[in-house]
Amino acid sequence: MSNTLDYQQKTLLQRLNWQDWLYAFVVVAGSIFAFVKYAHYMDAYEVAFLFGAAALFSYLGWQWKSLGKLVIIVGVLSIASIALYQGDQTRATEVFFLKFLISSQSAIMWMNVLFVLAMVTYWFALYRRSAFTANVASALTWVAVLFGFVGLMVRWYESYLIGVDVGHIPVSNLYEVFVLFCLITALLYLHYEQKLNTKQLGGFVLLVINAAVGFILWYTFDREAHSIQPLVPALQSYWMKIHVPANFVGYGAFSLAAMVALAYLLSSKGVLTSRLPSLEVLDDLMYKSIAVGFAFFTIATILGAMWAAEAWGGYWSWDPKETWALIVWLNYAAWLHLRMVKGLRGPLLAWWSLIGLIITTFAFLGVNMFLSGLHSYGTL
Amino acid sequence: MRFAVSLLSVLGVASVIGTVLKQNEPYENYIVKFGQFWFALFEYLGLYDVYHSVWFLVILLFLVVSTSLCIYRNTPAMLKEWRTFKDHATEKSLRAFSHQATFNLSGDYAGTKQNLLQFLNAKGFKYKIKAQEGGSELIAAKAGTHQRWGYIFTHVAMVVILFGGLLDGNLPFKVQEMLGHKRIETLDLPVSKVPAESRMSVSNPSFRGNMTLSEGATHNVAFLRVRDGYLVQELPFAIGLKDFRIEHYATGQPKSFESDLVIFDPELKEPITKTISVNHPLTYKGIAIYQSDFQDGGTGLKFNVWNLFSPGDKPRVLSGAIFDEGALGEGDDLLRVEYNDFRKFNIINMSPDGKGKPHNVGPNVTYKLRDNRGQAIEYVTYMQPMQIDGKFYFLSGMRETVQEDFRYLRIPADDDLSIDGFMGFRAVMLDASKYQEIAKRIAKKSLEGSGNSEIKKQFELSLVRLLTIFAQGGYSEVAKVIEQSVPEAEREASATTYIKMVNIAAYEAYNMGLELNKKPLLKNTSETEALMRDSLNAFSDMFFYGAPYYLQLNQFEHKEASGLQLTKSPGQKWVYLGSVILVLGIFSMMYIRERRIWLYLKPSANEVHFAMASNRKNLDFEKEFSLYREQLAGIVS
Repeated sequence: MSNTLDYQQKTLLQRLNWQDWLYAFVVVAGSIFAFVKYAHYMDAYEVAFLFGAAALFSYLGWQWKSLGKLVIIVGVLSIASIALYQGDQTRATEVFFLKFLISSQSAIMWMNVLFVLAMVTYWFALYRRSAFTANVASALTWVAVLFGFVGLMVRWYESYLIGVDVGHIPVSNLYEVFVLFCLITALLYLHYEQKLNTKQLGGFVLLVINAAVGFILWYTFDREAHSIQPLVPALQSYWMKIHVPANFVGYGAFSLAAMVALAYLLSSKGVLTSRLPSLEVLDDLMYKSIAVGFAFFTIATILGAMWAAEAWGGYWSWDPKETWALIVWLNYAAWLHLRMVKGLRGPLLAWWSLIGLIITTFAFLGVNMFLSGLHSYGTL
Repeated sequence: MRFAVSLLSVLGVASVIGTVLKQNEPYENYIVKFGQFWFALFEYLGLYDVYHSVWFLVILLFLVVSTSLCIYRNTPAMLKEWRTFKDHATEKSLRAFSHQATFNLSGDYAGTKQNLLQFLNAKGFKYKIKAQEGGSELIAAKAGTHQRWGYIFTHVAMVVILFGGLLDGNLPFKVQEMLGHKRIETLDLPVSKVPAESRMSVSNPSFRGNMTLSEGATHNVAFLRVRDGYLVQELPFAIGLKDFRIEHYATGQPKSFESDLVIFDPELKEPITKTISVNHPLTYKGIAIYQSDFQDGGTGLKFNVWNLFSPGDKPRVLSGAIFDEGALGEGDDLLRVEYNDFRKFNIINMSPDGKGKPHNVGPNVTYKLRDNRGQAIEYVTYMQPMQIDGKFYFLSGMRETVQEDFRYLRIPADDDLSIDGFMGFRAVMLDASKYQEIAKRIAKKSLEGSGNSEIKKQFELSLVRLLTIFAQGGYSEVAKVIEQSVPEAEREASATTYIKMVNIAAYEAYNMGLELNKKPLLKNTSETEALMRDSLNAFSDMFFYGAPYYLQLNQFEHKEASGLQLTKSPGQKWVYLGSVILVLGIFSMMYIRERRIWLYLKPSANEVHFAMASNRKNLDFEKEFSLYREQLAGIVS
């Protein structure tokens, strides 16, 4: 009976080592510190979110060690940046490390540059079939994500430097959510990349991320959208902290699925077939990512309805943004129906999820550009 | 199934219509946009309020019915799948599985069986053992069958959510309207005059209406907008507004809207006092009261009215209040003044390239001047001078229809940032008796020394003539005269000369105006030149202002009104319940994987047969099967 225990699956808690516990301790200690120092700025919900986030990130870090490392490094760099500010906004352009590295603007610019580099490197790796180059590309993507999160964290702090009443979480306008979109899409991709070893797909996924990067650059230089604006009254709510990120997990996952679908379609037509993962893997990845996206999009829409009930006087007003969220939801509900109930596979679903990206993009961006309504927080 | 997907698609497409076509606008806007024919067709199709149209409700109803049927038909099967171990499998049927393997049994039977059961336990499988003929045994195991609940939950959730939504729709009114008991009111009547058939009683189970409350006022009805009319919704209590406040950020953007409300209810000993703001509504007796917007509540206004074309007049004082009316002039020239709106803060981006920061330019007032024939021109006038390109102007815009943009009269402010400088200048420019004096002054300066009285006289004459023409219509009048009397080749040259002369004359006229008001005179600087240009432009634009009166806002007594939204929504808890069920359903459907394992133990042949199945075959399942096959092989042999 020597092999009895070989198949014994350990539970999560049994698998944790001392580093995991140290990690969780640091995360929880950090949130306790924040609570002690800033509790008087928070309402009960926000306190719940604070500790909820600590629990969530501990759990995610346990499940996915790389994410845990990211959390710690983002924390260290953000605190370093905040320390360099010394509570003075003007130091952003005076102190070397802030000006060129970790002020929110610089960090986000680094993120942009690194995403572009990563994409080029991924494609080069695909072309040369080079595992080493692919590893470099993957590392570049991780560093881009690191800078992006540092940028957002520092931006959060900077908003409070402008005025205590101005300060808010940086998910309140198109510029900020575009950064968030890049980060979440990249993280979702990196997760699957590690799990399924699909570095060949990086170049595809970074296409959509770099489209967003292009938008951020245009938006920054042409419209100066990076300047931090105070919140309109309707956005001053704890709901924003959960509704917006949940939504962007959805958008990010749908975009990821669409890019995988693109790879699927090319591969099934004989283009790059020998370089890309097998169709089964692509199909599986596409399904998983739509499943994640659908779950989060559902939650985000429900949270949005609950917020609307508090801010607009009704949980559903058939506002263009709401209606388009419903259309996106219906679209992927139909997709999942076809796959799960009917067992459909193949190019049709890939086409569908590619077209789904167009619908999603319209809901995310087109509604803001072409339609007006209650939800007009990010106008172009 | 195919029906469900089609229905989801149809619902999606139908929903798009309502986002492309702006919903619930005033019907005149649609007529202007589409023309009478298309307007009528679209109205018939209910496109102005798609989501409450009969055909849209029918689609939703179809969805409810078909989903309910799905649940009814499939639930028993799902529950059976959830419960069963599928222990009726035979050795033969197991051998037909796509995922199966046969191991040779080498150890002792009882021990191996014990180990296999232990294995299933460790992997989270529940099992059932069934004796087979010939001493064989079948272990049928299952895991993740809760997934089946996912199907039931998601579909039940859809029905619950739609049911909740239906409760909050205006179905009761629709039915009563069809039966002829109720109708919408389209005329602008005082609340007390609205007939009973356009009133909804306190017992109306659900509604979403609006109420505009001026500071100090109390109301006990809300208005429900329906198509191009409204209904009056009676409330079981009255709401009073003590105070409405807007707070601003340092940058001028609004930071908060707050209303201090008082709820009066005969059932209450003391009225309830509560402050509501955006995101922080008050719920009383099942009716939620939201801060939704704000407007003027009848601000008191005091104007200085200038008659632009009458040189001698001093400004008259005119008092009024927003929503009131006043009168100007008399007889055939009588104009009714309708005071429409007052805004204390106007955050405008005044930088020419649009890249600067918006800032507050102070109060403005919107009013209409309506003549005897009912024709009205709308005006918007800013109280304080606005800085444009470093210079200050009084701005007043006018337009004849709502579709147009305002066209602005820009009156340059004088050194005291007052309008008096321009008004004095204007009076002189309009007063023919002053022209001789102007001409004399200019002649004295420019023709000094020459002493030729003939030239001087000629010059004065032509200047007087020019000013007379200019006073009749500004630059455009001068242009007209040039066109009539000057040969084409010389027009440009003479236009240049005239403009120069008018500018020189304007300088004198402005100073004469200042003299009359005992103000310090202008110096001849480049700023003065610019001021002359602006003054002459304003003078010329005056003729296109549409009315002879310039209403300069002098004082105001601000009174605001808060826009409240009142909602009674009995379906809300159903929708939330449905949402929770939906999330549970989605997660169990996608993240619980149903898998079944059969182990057929056949001691007679020293064999263990292993088969595995899942209702969803995917990569994870393949991996799991390979892993288990290997591990089981280790256990058995």
